Amino acid sequence: MQLFKYLRGASLTLLVAALLSGCDAVVMSPSGDVAVQQRDLLVWATVLMLLVIVPVIVLTLWFAWHYREGNTKANYKPDWTHSTVLELVIWSVPLMIIIALGAMTWVSTHKLDPYRPLDRIDAQTPVPVGLEPLTVEVVALDWKWLFIYPEQGIATVNELAAPVNHPIRFKITASTMMNSFFIPAMAGQIYAMAGMETKLHGVINEPGVYQGFSANYSGAGYSQMKFDFHGLSEEDFASWVAKVKASDGNLSRDQYLQLEEPSIDDPVSYYGQVDPTLYKAIFNRCVEPGQTCMEDMMYHGGMDKHAGHHGDAKAEHADHQDHAGHQSHGGHHE
Amino acid sequence: MFENLDLTKLIFGRLTWDAIPFHDPIILGTFAVVALGGIALLAALTRYKLWGYLWNEWFTTIDHKKIGIMYIILGLVMLLRGFADAIMMRLHQAMAFGDSTGYLPPHHYDQIFTAHGVIMIFFVAMPLVTGIMNYLIPLQIGTRDVAFPFLNNFSFWMTTGGAVLMMMSLFIGEFAKTGWLAYPPLSGILQSPGVGVDYYIWALQIAGVGTLLSGVNLLVTIVKMRAPGMSLMKMPVFTWTSLCTNVLIVAAFPVLTAVLAMLSMDRYLDTAFFTNDLGGNAMMYVNLIWIWGHPEVYILILPVFGIFSEIVATYSRKPLFGYTSMVYATVVITVLSYLVWLHHFFTMGSGASVNSFFGITTMIISIPTGAKIFNWLFTMFRGRIKFDVPMLWTVGFMVTFVIGGMTGVLLAVPPVDFVLHNSLFLIAHFHNVIIGGVLFGLFAGITYWFPKATGYKLDEFWGKMSFWFWLIGFYFAFMPLYVLGLMGVTRRVSHFEDQSLQIWFQIAALGAFLIAIGIAAFIIQLVVSFLRRESLQDETGDPWDGRTLEWSTSSPPPPYNFAFTPRVHDLDAWWQMKQHGFQRPESGFIPIHMPKGTWAGIVLSGISVVVGFALIWHMWLLAGVSFVALIGTAIYHTFNYDRDYYIPAEEVERIEAERTRVLANV
Repeated sequence: MQLFKYLRGASLTLLVAALLSGCDAVVMSPSGDVAVQQRDLLVWATVLMLLVIVPVIVLTLWFAWHYREGNTKANYKPDWTHSTVLELVIWSVPLMIIIALGAMTWVSTHKLDPYRPLDRIDAQTPVPVGLEPLTVEVVALDWKWLFIYPEQGIATVNELAAPVNHPIRFKITASTMMNSFFIPAMAGQIYAMAGMETKLHGVINEPGVYQGFSANYSGAGYSQMKFDFHGLSEEDFASWVAKVKASDGNLSRDQYLQLEEPSIDDPVSYYGQVDPTLYKAIFNRCVEPGQTCMEDMMYHGGMDKHAGHHGDAKAEHADHQDHAGHQSHGGHHE
Repeated sequence: MFENLDLTKLIFGRLTWDAIPFHDPIILGTFAVVALGGIALLAALTRYKLWGYLWNEWFTTIDHKKIGIMYIILGLVMLLRGFADAIMMRLHQAMAFGDSTGYLPPHHYDQIFTAHGVIMIFFVAMPLVTGIMNYLIPLQIGTRDVAFPFLNNFSFWMTTGGAVLMMMSLFIGEFAKTGWLAYPPLSGILQSPGVGVDYYIWALQIAGVGTLLSGVNLLVTIVKMRAPGMSLMKMPVFTWTSLCTNVLIVAAFPVLTAVLAMLSMDRYLDTAFFTNDLGGNAMMYVNLIWIWGHPEVYILILPVFGIFSEIVATYSRKPLFGYTSMVYATVVITVLSYLVWLHHFFTMGSGASVNSFFGITTMIISIPTGAKIFNWLFTMFRGRIKFDVPMLWTVGFMVTFVIGGMTGVLLAVPPVDFVLHNSLFLIAHFHNVIIGGVLFGLFAGITYWFPKATGYKLDEFWGKMSFWFWLIGFYFAFMPLYVLGLMGVTRRVSHFEDQSLQIWFQIAALGAFLIAIGIAAFIIQLVVSFLRRESLQDETGDPWDGRTLEWSTSSPPPPYNFAFTPRVHDLDAWWQMKQHGFQRPESGFIPIHMPKGTWAGIVLSGISVVVGFALIWHMWLLAGVSFVALIGTAIYHTFNYDRDYYIPAEEVERIEAERTRVLANV
């Protein structure tokens, strides 16, 4: 029994150590405002639940000890099986906690919806009027990340950079596998899926190099599907863009088709030029010459039947653009 | 058209010698051990002339008690396989840092984590839960067998058939490298052209037939066959939770069957349900599989809640506190378990309102679950608790499970899930509730009802050893995973760069070894108890001073369970009977009508395995022939009218008189 006591003591120590060192962990000390809010929510939800979890654990151990068979002094009531007051308490206390947590959930889920453009850069700073977010188009390939910067006309593989304190709008798709685009220091993750586009808004508040990776298992090269995310000052970002721009890589459709071939542990590469229609073609699955794009396929199918609605459908589609990661086009009109 | 006919291909499909992993020393070594062990076992069975006994008394039996025991044996055997996978993963991850690539190549590692999940859920937890339900439900409700005794035997063998296919994949070909839910497009034919996913599909489809039919069977048994007087609100809590579980099985498993059928059509017939192109959509698969998958976790945990309820009342020597609210809590969980599936993929891009809805429904489940915890707590309150091994498991469960419940609710907050989804925090969470909940409960239940099934109790010392090593091992193995999750480490990674993570993986590996000792202690406990069965014998049939009807029978119960159907007047029927000075009837016995064993279950399952194997390897000739044989055998079996027999009144009288004699000596 001495051994057990020793082990139990050791495991408790370990638990405390774990919690303390957890504070250095990236999820607990992120560098982007969205992830900071997610962390705060995690902490508050934990505290709220500990209000009931701690008493339960303490009571369990205490009752187990106090009402043990050997303790004949303890009150023994073999027929006591019901108490309306206690029943009310045991249903209503968790209920109240869940009402509080549910309210927090509703509000925070809407506020931190990855599709929602940011309205603040950090807790003190709203997004300055007129500051447009940086757009990055993300393609999860087998098994590497392609980043296209449409405004800058450049593309990179396995390296991402962005200016600090500047909102970023990620548009995310994939070539084949389902992956998950995740930079824990910046913001939560969202799936990258072929033939679909998901969105993520985030901002990084401190310069530095952060880990990004796929968080959804996608086959052979999944473990190596990592990239560095550089948070840079505006000037450094401009020179980074210039550096990429100066490289001779040209991401044409042909070049993309070669890049798309499965490969593992690819080095960082830069493309100074990129086909501006490429991203749309990727998530409409029509990069190869001669393929019908998904949006056209669906519209053509729909046009015969609902010819008159075609125009409306397009308008409606525009409205729905911010909707959840859904089939690129046309799904609503079938 | 016959000039293109390739006879080898028609017969062997895509099976060639290359499919046998001769080049892999780990698998080859395993195979050698399994083969030697198997040969030794078969030789021993032959040497001691046990084949006839096994065939007549076990394999063909329709006695729910023996089928229940066989389910439990299946679950325990598969636990060893599933745990071997676990410890290989823990070892590998503890090593695979920086320049070291660990000892498993990625394609092997990917199969192992897939197999681990599939085995632990489908072939460990499910058989153990089903086995305990099978054994106990008829005894608790005072009946002689389940509603459809042959179906019960057939269900067991189909589950076993799935397990056999699963094990074959280890030595012939490969298993899926997709993760345990085989999400497309990864599991599609373009991305996974090999046999792995096909093994996955057919193992689960065959086992799924067994699970579904057993769900129907137990559901009908509970609804239709309760002893007179046992109204719904006088049912033992374990029966209640089993009822809800079987409702869930009947409603959820067809979804799994359908989604796997669609996946196989995508793979075999070029349909496009879940493909990237031609209008397919993988998100449908993800939704459907979780519409089965979430109820599945409640299928596992609800019966275990029932087990704890029985145990905590018995060892606290008090009736369960708040029986009514316990029942309502169970029913609420049953209904709500269908409204939460989307919380497994908040990150797939649903809108904020959809995500909040599913997040909040998930949190609501914690209210009835919390009520249950409080009910157990207040059952202990003012009790007189005897800390036998089952009660140790129960207290260990209560402390551990609430931690898992808390992290579960955390993950139900969508913005929090965005940073913890697919991380090791998630892995820690669900092992926390499945080990700390389901597995602890199963061990508690096995220990508690063991004397009922065998006539002797389990050895205390080794039981306690097993408990402490499991408990402490669990904390060592999974608390580091919570930390790693907060450090942003995701699941299913086979190689790491960041050396600072290694220590946590090493601690987790140590935990896995402690659990290994726990498992070893459990096995030693079985052996030691068998050797000491004389001194551990239970002659009363009621070793713990139990409360429910199963304790009114002898240990083990006679084939007919009850010579006369008991009449139930109150909750805790057996306790009431004891309080009122119940006298066993000692005369007036009549012949008892019983179902008869049949070969059909094991044969049909055997043929199903052949069909599955043929389909996996594209052996179209064999697939066709064996499928016709399967249907033919099933039809042939319907002409078997020799299905029942009577236990003569004299035989009943003899058995009951023997019991009277034993009881008089106690």
